[in-house]
Amino acid sequence: MNYEEKLQNVTVLGAAGKMGSGILLLTAVEMADISLKPENKGKQFVLNAMDVSPAGLAGLMKYLRMQVMKIAEKKTVFLRKLYADRKDLVENGDIIEEYIFDVMNIVRPVTTIESAYESKLIFEAIIENKDLKMKIFSQIDINNPNKPWFFTNTSSIPIHVLDEGSNLKGRILGFHFYNPPAIQKLVELITTEKNSDEMVDFAKLYAKNLKKMVVPSNDVAGFIGNGHFMRDSLHAISEVEGLSDEIPFVEALYMINKVSQDFLIRPMGIFQLIDYVGVDVVKFIMSVMDPYMPDEHLHSSLLDKLMEAGIKGGQNSDGSQKDGFLKYERSRPVAIYDPEKKEYALIEDFMTKCDERLGQLPESYKPWKVVNFTKGNKEKLLSTFFSDLNKINTLGAQLAKKYNIISNEIGQKLVADKVANTEEDVNMVMLTGFYHAYGPINEYLK
Amino acid sequence: MNKLRRKVYMTAGYNTISLGTGRKEFNPKKSRPGLEYYIKEAGQGTLKQIGGAKNVDEGAIGNFMSPRFNKQGHIAGLIPMIDDELQYKPCIRTEGACASGALALMSGIRSILAETADVVLTIGVEVQNTMKAIYGADVLAGAGWYQKRKNGHAYFFPGQFSDRAGAYYEKYGMEYARKGMGRWFRNAVENARLCSTAQEYHNKVDDIEALYHKVKPNGKAFVDNLNVFDCSKVSDAASAIVIVSEEGLKRIGIPKNEAVEIIGYSQKERNLTNDPPDLTELTAIKKAAKEALDSAGITINDLATIEVHDCFSIAGILSTEALGFAKPGEGAKFVAEGNTARDGKIPLNTTGGLIGWGHPTGGTGVHQAVTIWEQLTGRAGEAQIEIPKDRPYGMTINMGGDDVTVVAIVYKRGE
Repeated sequence: MNYEEKLQNVTVLGAAGKMGSGILLLTAVEMADISLKPENKGKQFVLNAMDVSPAGLAGLMKYLRMQVMKIAEKKTVFLRKLYADRKDLVENGDIIEEYIFDVMNIVRPVTTIESAYESKLIFEAIIENKDLKMKIFSQIDINNPNKPWFFTNTSSIPIHVLDEGSNLKGRILGFHFYNPPAIQKLVELITTEKNSDEMVDFAKLYAKNLKKMVVPSNDVAGFIGNGHFMRDSLHAISEVEGLSDEIPFVEALYMINKVSQDFLIRPMGIFQLIDYVGVDVVKFIMSVMDPYMPDEHLHSSLLDKLMEAGIKGGQNSDGSQKDGFLKYERSRPVAIYDPEKKEYALIEDFMTKCDERLGQLPESYKPWKVVNFTKGNKEKLLSTFFSDLNKINTLGAQLAKKYNIISNEIGQKLVADKVANTEEDVNMVMLTGFYHAYGPINEYLK
Repeated sequence: MNKLRRKVYMTAGYNTISLGTGRKEFNPKKSRPGLEYYIKEAGQGTLKQIGGAKNVDEGAIGNFMSPRFNKQGHIAGLIPMIDDELQYKPCIRTEGACASGALALMSGIRSILAETADVVLTIGVEVQNTMKAIYGADVLAGAGWYQKRKNGHAYFFPGQFSDRAGAYYEKYGMEYARKGMGRWFRNAVENARLCSTAQEYHNKVDDIEALYHKVKPNGKAFVDNLNVFDCSKVSDAASAIVIVSEEGLKRIGIPKNEAVEIIGYSQKERNLTNDPPDLTELTAIKKAAKEALDSAGITINDLATIEVHDCFSIAGILSTEALGFAKPGEGAKFVAEGNTARDGKIPLNTTGGLIGWGHPTGGTGVHQAVTIWEQLTGRAGEAQIEIPKDRPYGMTINMGGDDVTVVAIVYKRGE
């Protein structure tokens, strides 16, 4: 079966979700571009946007229209060629409108699973619930005569477990986008021995056409991305808990969040990242991964406490950040949650004291935004800064060194445990999926 | 052309800032002043210098595409909005694509020559940042023949001038040509830095030519033969000036030496449905410039400065050839050697031109006249160049479309 045929009837499960909507957008555009080729005139292309939430689907269609418009505006030069034979489409505005219509016209927002029974390819981006995923896969597979391929966006559940539990006989692989899928360049591709070459080749070609970078990950719970992120988070939490023996919890959390952002030149502090992903999601992923890690205990009672208090993080439907470990005003952290007092404490009340305790950043410090987008000079900025940081012995520098060493070890363990094939793959996932300026396996801080 | 039968002057020029990318005040996500604001500011700026609106006989406003950029037609009706005393005075709007401003000037000049008016308030305006560039390209494509739009480039006019640049590269060499074009960009920015209303006024780049050459033309993202620095700006701006007779000058109380006198002019129209006869030549500009100079009885050697229509750097290079400063193919060298810089043989576009000051399409013709008035009467501030006694003339060349509507005007300080 060729690439284009496979894309003639596709379903995205969980299409209204954070990941599902991005996957739907990228797939809709790819399918539309294929459908508009002269040789495909007259062929039907159908993309089912399946979700249980009608309100979510209404929001999805709005999101889709906005995003397709932006995409069309960026590739109008190409679109003018695509519609060259349409005499009625003269101006850029005409062409952009028509393209939006043609993309939207492929998408069918649906709330029932039956729509997937005719699809040849199923993307799954529903919640990280193994049993639910297996139940849905089985139901679709039994009723679908096409022997469809299942591409799951799971970020934690081993693929072979889903395969066996749904009796798919190798017709499933992990195609893990990063959030937000329309922007992040990374796709973690998790294949199993049972996958056919044809299916794997298709997955690679599809990723390439979506202009994604594929990093292969082996089929171990959490894969590379969450394999690193969950352990990195647990280290940060244990550091906070350690520091809280001597100083108030909120101050300890502030300090570790700052160390992980400024002292390590990352795009955001580790607790802000947990909030971004969702406290609930992080806790859930840990619980999914934990049974597969016999030598470790991937669990945090601090996350439990936050969940019990109803503090979940994640985003509002307009993309703004919900409160989690940190409270946000205009996307900026302004307060930190104190699980004992069950209230947020204003950062400005203790910031100066904490900053003094951490000590000053070296003069060569440049924020992540500058470092990451300085073409050709990034490596020099990083090595200068970290070499300066190595020379000082403030609390901030000590915590940063320890943090980086642990982050290094987590990365190396992923290779030793055969989750990742190479150290480069680990670094690539953190660079492209987490937007880090440098990989965790590095020689910067000792 | 017949000799002018009456003396015609221009004075009391005023420019708003040219707002768009480059200006610190510009934020595409925030709301901005509209058409009315610019017309009012420029108009009032001029009226203040001439003793008020009571002294005005007529109004003329040059504008290209407000019906599309601003969903507002009929903008001659916005002239009386500037001042109550303009109510019920004759007003006209002129349109000739990017030469709309100069057509407003011509309308005023003709009213003076016809002795039907002594003071004509002349405005040029365009407010273009109302839409994204990809849609703005549709609007601006209206300066070409619509029948050719379908097969034209997404960025229609950059596409037209990219073809001109491509033809020039083929004939004379790309690297050679881009040396001149890079220098053109540098001159534009350096001059704009001396003019506080210019769009590139805040530009702080050290090595402007290095920046220019770093960005290679990329047909996949834009057009084949031009980069973004080869292009004029998307601008919101207005300019105003009064066109007056000798009697008019007396009425508004401005001495002749604070005005410029129109010594000669030329207006040319090339058939819009025809392709340019030669992509490496601006034939309408060539004819207009020659006729304007002849009517003034001078040659290019008598000019102290010229405002040329550099909607694209290649148009600037081709203009030096059309004017006769360089032979065909030698314009790039002429510019690269610094001859058109502010301290060169013939300073062009001394406040940055369309690339440096900005290009509010329908307003540009009036802005050019204001700049020449400022330079010849010594009020260009930091941007002031020396006007040699033996070369006291200035000239403006305003072009609409791809060398289709052209107005060339020759000026001299009043005596």
